[in-house]
Amino acid sequence: MDRLRLVIVGHVDHGKSTLIGRLLLDTGSLLEGKYEELQAVAERRGVPLELANLTDALQAERDQNVTIDTTQVWFRTPRREYVLIDAPGHRQFVSNMVTGAAAADAALIVIDASEGIQEQSRRHGHLLRLLGIEQVSVVVNKLDRVEYSGARFQEVAAGYLDFLARLGIAAKAAVPVSALHGDNVAARSRNTDWYEGPTVVDVLEAFEMPRSQAAGPLRFPIQDVYRFDERRVLVGRIESGSVAAGDRLLFLPSGSQGTVKTVERPQADGDQSVAGDCIGVTLIEPLFLSRGEVASRLDDAPIHTQQFTARVFWLGRRPLMIGRKYRFKLVTQECEGEIVRLTGVVDVSTLQPVAAGDAMTADCVGDVTISTRQVMVLDLFERVHALGRFVIVDDLEVSGGGIVLSAAADTAIAEPASTNIARTVGQVSRDERHARHGHRGAVVWFTGLSGAGKTTLAYALERGLFNLGWRPFVLDGDNLRFGLTADLGFSAIDRRENIRRVAEVARLFAHAGLVVITAFISPSHADRERARRIVEQDGAGTPFLEVFVSTPLEVCEARDPKHLYAKARAGEIKEFTGISAPFEIPQHPDVAIDTSVISRERAIMILLDYLVPRARYRHEEE
Amino acid sequence: MPRDHLAALESESIYILREAFNRFASLAMLWSIGKDSTVLLWLVRKAFLGHVPFPVVHIDTTFKIPSMIEYRDMVAREWNLRLIVARNDQALEAGATFPEGRATRVECCSRLKKDPLQRVVEQGGYTGVIVGVRRDEEPTRAKERYFSPRNQRMEWTPTQQPPEFWSQFNSEFPPGTHVRIHPLLHWTELNVWEYIERERIPVIPLYFDDGTGHRYRSLGCAPCTTPIASTGRTVSEILAELKAVRTAERSGRAQDRESEDAFENLRRDGYM
Repeated sequence: MDRLRLVIVGHVDHGKSTLIGRLLLDTGSLLEGKYEELQAVAERRGVPLELANLTDALQAERDQNVTIDTTQVWFRTPRREYVLIDAPGHRQFVSNMVTGAAAADAALIVIDASEGIQEQSRRHGHLLRLLGIEQVSVVVNKLDRVEYSGARFQEVAAGYLDFLARLGIAAKAAVPVSALHGDNVAARSRNTDWYEGPTVVDVLEAFEMPRSQAAGPLRFPIQDVYRFDERRVLVGRIESGSVAAGDRLLFLPSGSQGTVKTVERPQADGDQSVAGDCIGVTLIEPLFLSRGEVASRLDDAPIHTQQFTARVFWLGRRPLMIGRKYRFKLVTQECEGEIVRLTGVVDVSTLQPVAAGDAMTADCVGDVTISTRQVMVLDLFERVHALGRFVIVDDLEVSGGGIVLSAAADTAIAEPASTNIARTVGQVSRDERHARHGHRGAVVWFTGLSGAGKTTLAYALERGLFNLGWRPFVLDGDNLRFGLTADLGFSAIDRRENIRRVAEVARLFAHAGLVVITAFISPSHADRERARRIVEQDGAGTPFLEVFVSTPLEVCEARDPKHLYAKARAGEIKEFTGISAPFEIPQHPDVAIDTSVISRERAIMILLDYLVPRARYRHEEE
Repeated sequence: MPRDHLAALESESIYILREAFNRFASLAMLWSIGKDSTVLLWLVRKAFLGHVPFPVVHIDTTFKIPSMIEYRDMVAREWNLRLIVARNDQALEAGATFPEGRATRVECCSRLKKDPLQRVVEQGGYTGVIVGVRRDEEPTRAKERYFSPRNQRMEWTPTQQPPEFWSQFNSEFPPGTHVRIHPLLHWTELNVWEYIERERIPVIPLYFDDGTGHRYRSLGCAPCTTPIASTGRTVSEILAELKAVRTAERSGRAQDRESEDAFENLRRDGYM
């Protein structure tokens, strides 16, 4: 039987626990004697019967009539089983609300019709969004307190639906309810004859079961490595995708590759293990891997980086501070790091921006840039939920959480593997070389789709500069793959390494005083950015010009000089940029040239006009 | 999502067990001989590829129903368990027990179960103790975390629990804390029996009607546990019965209902 987990959230005292009690009571889900028990307690204490006491199990909760911690109760309809998660609405217990809500597949937000939208109504809506809960409906409760006014219901419901819409949540329904009296909970109420929509139970039944992640990219984080019975078994849970014997896996951050020999599963049905399964994997190769590595397919690896941006919510007692050391836990990885930037801080109860400065308090949500000491393996939250969210630990306490918005994949420049090396400086200065050549060293970096005209333009520019008496040299992608990068393929990692080597060679040639012209598809913004950083790292002011050859895909495909598009369309080439792999369009190129509308001669004029003044040698500036 | 709801429950439990094994240097598991902790033991063997890589502690109140001990020793042999039996001999010798001695049911539970547990944890230096409690058993357990800290005196502070989400479990606490790990928290009584049926897990025969028209639905000490009227002789008969029944699982466990907050207080003090 399917099991749907539903969290009930909302402001304190708006009737969440009472609604749960009512749901249990009116669907006949209460255990025998439970109701009588409540009656007896109410009589003994001389207070009205409290349905909320069914879930408010702690004495402190019953004494204060407030839910302190989240709890779960079960109930069943003929269709499926529900786990109702009661979440506290008091501001002080937001971390308990998060604990409850993060486990849910769907949410009901309860709003008191007489009090209307309150601080926690908004905060909880916001947190649901960050927790990735997409199915939300609204319950406007305590209609009995507003004489079952349809106008008041409309007012409260419309106001809150509008708020949710601003957060990007499209609520499924809004139901007018009195949990105390049972109106529209399990059965339609005569008190609201103006309402024709679903009851709360109808709303529950209409929620969809969570989608399987089996079709996503493979993400298998290693939880532990067991050496029982003389075998090395990598255990963990598949967070996305599927895996089977014979699969070739890439492990990040180590970059090791291995082939699956066996998959050990708790259930012996079928031959594939899919997202959600806890498995053990043995490999053919004796690789040394440990907790924290993430396995993926070679052609669809996660991002590995030491810097990423995220939207975070904060639960800590101390504010979140720029520069303070935190530990970040993401699936089975754990890494120390710090917040280096904090922007877009919003008070979640008002949605108003807050001038945060260097710190963010627990009432806020903000966008941060996180810099970690080691490489972390992750995905954007929108792509793979499980690899795109993390918790933040302050000292020993889990104090916040976040979702990954963007990751400047790794633009870091490689650190030397050896520490026994030092840079040396020769006797011929850069300036002397520039003076002799009449121009500085420079890098012109062409980027664009295959067939866009990069190589043609690169050689034409080389000829143009050469005719001016300059010293240009073209590094062409295909040519280098015969030598310098002959060991590399076209996986994401290999492409990245390819670009890194090219950038390093370009830097050396530029140092030697040449104008280096590169012609690589270089589809990744991060790789191009890294190339720029490599060239600019020595601070000599070497010009780095990014030239985007923006010829449209249709034109490139029609040209297809190497018949690669035809092969990619036929599925013979996988991961082909523009067809089956993305091209990240440069946001701020120095020059953009569409060769389908601009002639080669005109293009070279534009490039020379741009480049020559920037690279011409002028004695006074050196 | 794994194939069905039992596979999903199983997977979650295995993840938690493996997480516990990775995070705690010194781990032990409580085994009450009842169906839940026996199912848990089954899951442990799945999680650790046929092994039980930590000691299994049985708190013996000596008031257990005699056939439980026979069953315990048999399973321990068969599954090659490192069994630790803990007992409060002092309280037993002093006769400070229920019903003969001067002790209420709750005091008796505290002396014969909580105290020996505390001693085992201290002597063994365990920082993690795996316990097979479930949320649907009883309302204070419904408030539990998967990884739930207990302070030096073994006390639980239910009003100040750390947040726990996105499968990130707290495993680091100030020295002296031990953590209760609850891998079955999200299972229901019905789920446990469904799983017993599917996996054909050998549970102690006390759960089945022996011909007297009675069976135990929940197992505890003889003086405080009463069987229920039932003719369930097989797992499938018990499943059919549970789907129809409207009484609480622990209705045969008297210590739960001595007063409104008796059980909560017992659990605050360190009871499982």
